[in-house]
Amino acid sequence: MLKEKEVQNLIEVTVRFAGDSGDGMQLTGSQFSDTTAIVGNDLSTLPDYPAEIRAPLGTVYGVSGFQLHFGSTDIHTPGDRPDVLVAMNPAAIKKNIDELKTGGIIIVNTDSFDKKNLQLAKYDNNPLEDGSLKGYQVFPVPIASLTSKALEGTSLTQKEISRCKNFFALGIMYWLYNRPVEPTIEWIKNKFKKAPEFIDANQKALQAGYNLGDITEIFSTRYSVEPAKLPKGIYRSISGNEATALGFLAASVRSKLPLFLGSYPITPASEILQYLSTYKNFGVKTFQAEDEIAGITAAIGAAFAGHLALTTTSGPGLALKTEAIGLAIMTELPLVIVDVQRGGPSTGLPTKTEQADLLQAVYGRNGEAPVAVLAAQSPSDCFTMAIEASRIAVKYMTPVILLTDGYIANGTEPWKVPKSSELPSFEVKFRTEKEGFAPYLRDSNLSRPWVKLGTPGLEHRIGGLEKANISGNVSYDPDNHDRMVKLREQKVKNIVNDIPDLTIDGDESGELLVLGWGGTYGAITEAVIKARQKGYKVSQSHLKYIFPFPKNTGVVLNKFKNILIPEINLGQLSKIIRSEFLLPVIQFNVVRGLPFRTSDIEDKIIEILGGKE
Amino acid sequence: MAENIETKVIKLTAKDFSSGQDVRWCPGCGDYSILAQVQRTFPEIIGDKKENVVWISGIGCSSRFPYYMETYGMHSIHGRAPAIATGVKIARPDLSVWVATGDGDLLSIGGNHFIHACRKNIDLKVLLFNNRIYGLTKGQYSPTSEKGKVTKTTPFGSVDYPFNPVSLAIGSDATFVARAMDRDAKHMQEMIKRAAGHKGLAFIEIFQNCVIYNDGAFDLLTKKDTKDDNILVLEQGKPMIFGKNKDKGIKMDGYKPAIVDLSHNGNSINDVLVHDEFDESPLRATFLAHLTDYDGFPTPVGVFRQIKKDTYDHGIEEQISGVVKMKGEGDLDKILFNGNTWEVN
Repeated sequence: MLKEKEVQNLIEVTVRFAGDSGDGMQLTGSQFSDTTAIVGNDLSTLPDYPAEIRAPLGTVYGVSGFQLHFGSTDIHTPGDRPDVLVAMNPAAIKKNIDELKTGGIIIVNTDSFDKKNLQLAKYDNNPLEDGSLKGYQVFPVPIASLTSKALEGTSLTQKEISRCKNFFALGIMYWLYNRPVEPTIEWIKNKFKKAPEFIDANQKALQAGYNLGDITEIFSTRYSVEPAKLPKGIYRSISGNEATALGFLAASVRSKLPLFLGSYPITPASEILQYLSTYKNFGVKTFQAEDEIAGITAAIGAAFAGHLALTTTSGPGLALKTEAIGLAIMTELPLVIVDVQRGGPSTGLPTKTEQADLLQAVYGRNGEAPVAVLAAQSPSDCFTMAIEASRIAVKYMTPVILLTDGYIANGTEPWKVPKSSELPSFEVKFRTEKEGFAPYLRDSNLSRPWVKLGTPGLEHRIGGLEKANISGNVSYDPDNHDRMVKLREQKVKNIVNDIPDLTIDGDESGELLVLGWGGTYGAITEAVIKARQKGYKVSQSHLKYIFPFPKNTGVVLNKFKNILIPEINLGQLSKIIRSEFLLPVIQFNVVRGLPFRTSDIEDKIIEILGGKE
Repeated sequence: MAENIETKVIKLTAKDFSSGQDVRWCPGCGDYSILAQVQRTFPEIIGDKKENVVWISGIGCSSRFPYYMETYGMHSIHGRAPAIATGVKIARPDLSVWVATGDGDLLSIGGNHFIHACRKNIDLKVLLFNNRIYGLTKGQYSPTSEKGKVTKTTPFGSVDYPFNPVSLAIGSDATFVARAMDRDAKHMQEMIKRAAGHKGLAFIEIFQNCVIYNDGAFDLLTKKDTKDDNILVLEQGKPMIFGKNKDKGIKMDGYKPAIVDLSHNGNSINDVLVHDEFDESPLRATFLAHLTDYDGFPTPVGVFRQIKKDTYDHGIEEQISGVVKMKGEGDLDKILFNGNTWEVN
């Protein structure tokens, strides 16, 4: 009889699944994440895949990866370096081995280590045999042939059987980290409802992988990660793009405004359009336009009609929408523009993350063209900020740009689901009164009235030409233009009265504040926590409202001797902070198309504090 | 004095559709005629609910149009009027949505939006003010300027081929395609009414004279002594006859047009092609659109084609009500708590 395996308790683990882009690594990773969430761990994920749908098999650039960091404590990032690498082929080892922690675990599909695949991965010698993996714990498993064996006698073709091997690998990982297989079995049953032979096969492969740990001597130890202590409530796992879509749906329900999305497919934002197109029974209207410009201009038309109007895109699309954003500014119509930032310039790195559209969002238009700019800080925060962007847009009759990024858009984390009744409501009052109406009258916020098309007696014309104050007639008067330019700026600045103050995590003043914005929140938070654990005095603030900044931003910044701004760009927030507050800031910029490594930020903190604990 | 409690049906007039803004086109511009015909026909087309009318335009002389109409309107950015109008129509399918545009606006910078609005059969009425020149930028050649045209940007003559807007609209599957001329008020009014009555994308190319930069571009078609020999007025069910003496007919010679001389013995009216606006096939309309490719052939005006096809905006409405029927009205909590959830105690 096999002896009971030893179970070792871990606080946190980082796992990376890697294989060909057709190997199903994204699916395997997200299944492992969902199950891990269900057993109560906190987690954060990072899908990292090539832009090609099926990059050439076996090549290093065709490797698709999915990293997951989970634990029994608060998890803020997908982890710097993995503890465990699941490698489906030699290329997956080649691409990832440098990042694996020394002594880390490699679970490897040995079947793919033939001459051809070694050559494709540009290995002269088999790394499983030449001693180059000496510093790691390598668990060689013939995953492909064991999957075939487990599925002997099924009606599946050899090719179809081979496609099940990711479930075998997932089974191994479930055993190794003590996770139940049931949630994935449920998922399989649902996914292959119409093809029962695949339900059977995938389930068998998963179970066979799981059993491998029990019945063989390959693994001597299992690991257990206790549930994290999260606030009470009902949770689900959510990605930034799904949270964004849900946020706008919620905004529509809570404002009682019908939602209109005009959009054009673009990586990594397309999913928002996909999600929103499923909510038809909420009356959501999605328009997949002929191009980016039609996406936003159709949304402007819908805003004119009286809908909650939205357009979603990434950096290249935002560039194309620029002129139309100006039209929304001039016509003072509410509009939300979501930019899921990716690596640039030009086509850049479509599937990778970056924060380099900040200046484009804040300043990138002709004329004096202020818009509100908001940024979400984590996958689930996209939900909150989508509602915020909608609320501000309709209250101030202005376009609002919401920045997210490829990392938080595709990454997932557990989300404590709010009840709809707990969400902010912001009912809109459309102007219907004829008496005293003028299209550019202003309320105390300087917002002009919103009139639903079809309202009798309020017929009026708006457009891109400069408007006379109040009457809205075309005006070339120099003094009027000066007044209107300033009014539009002031209106957007008035939003400052409607947003929360910037908070400080840590000491209220001191030597160093790490200031971030958007999707770097997790990495900065973890770095700050680690530096504090080493005794360094460092505080953190994170901006979600960038134009306008929260009212107390200057006050907060002036409390600290040094301000460190880590950004995945060349210092765009740094530029704005310097010019707005005349403060010297320390930039920290790494633009690799990937989230920050926590350790890099931590090292920078320690460098600035110079060992002053 | 007794209170008058009698309610009167208010009948709107052309004047009710005038916004009262000073019209700022050049004196003699063909745009005045288009504005007048629209304002004259709208009481009949719209009835008394002018709040249900929306005019969207892009940039150019033509695009000032919405300012002069006492309806809802937006003078937007260059080329984008069809896309903005699409958003309005999808959001509010009950409204009557009109686009005023020019040859540069619709066919150059806005070409993509135009063909896709046609393809989707969005229920928009698109009036193309075609003067074959860029007017507001002061005289550069346009995508409908003829090859060889000398303009400010083509001092040695244009080497560019022009678009045939009617052919482009038919090729993009517009479901109503017509042509009118600024100088023929009555005919234009008829075309506007026909477009208004069409469910789906209705496109009217209107030949419009630019008195400053392209004066006389359509003289052959509009001057009393030449127009009859150069215009073919398309009428449903009627043979295609033109000429001062109504003695020339159009027939097909293979796929090419030929002229039947009806004054010649032996030729019969039965040899002449009969117009059928409602022909499902686009071939006849395309053939007519391309008559102008051949020297000596008249330019057709009237309705080239009108077919029935469900509109995009109606498709969206129908899909939504279908999904509501299938799934019930959306319940936000149900969606929020959808999928794999777990409870932390």
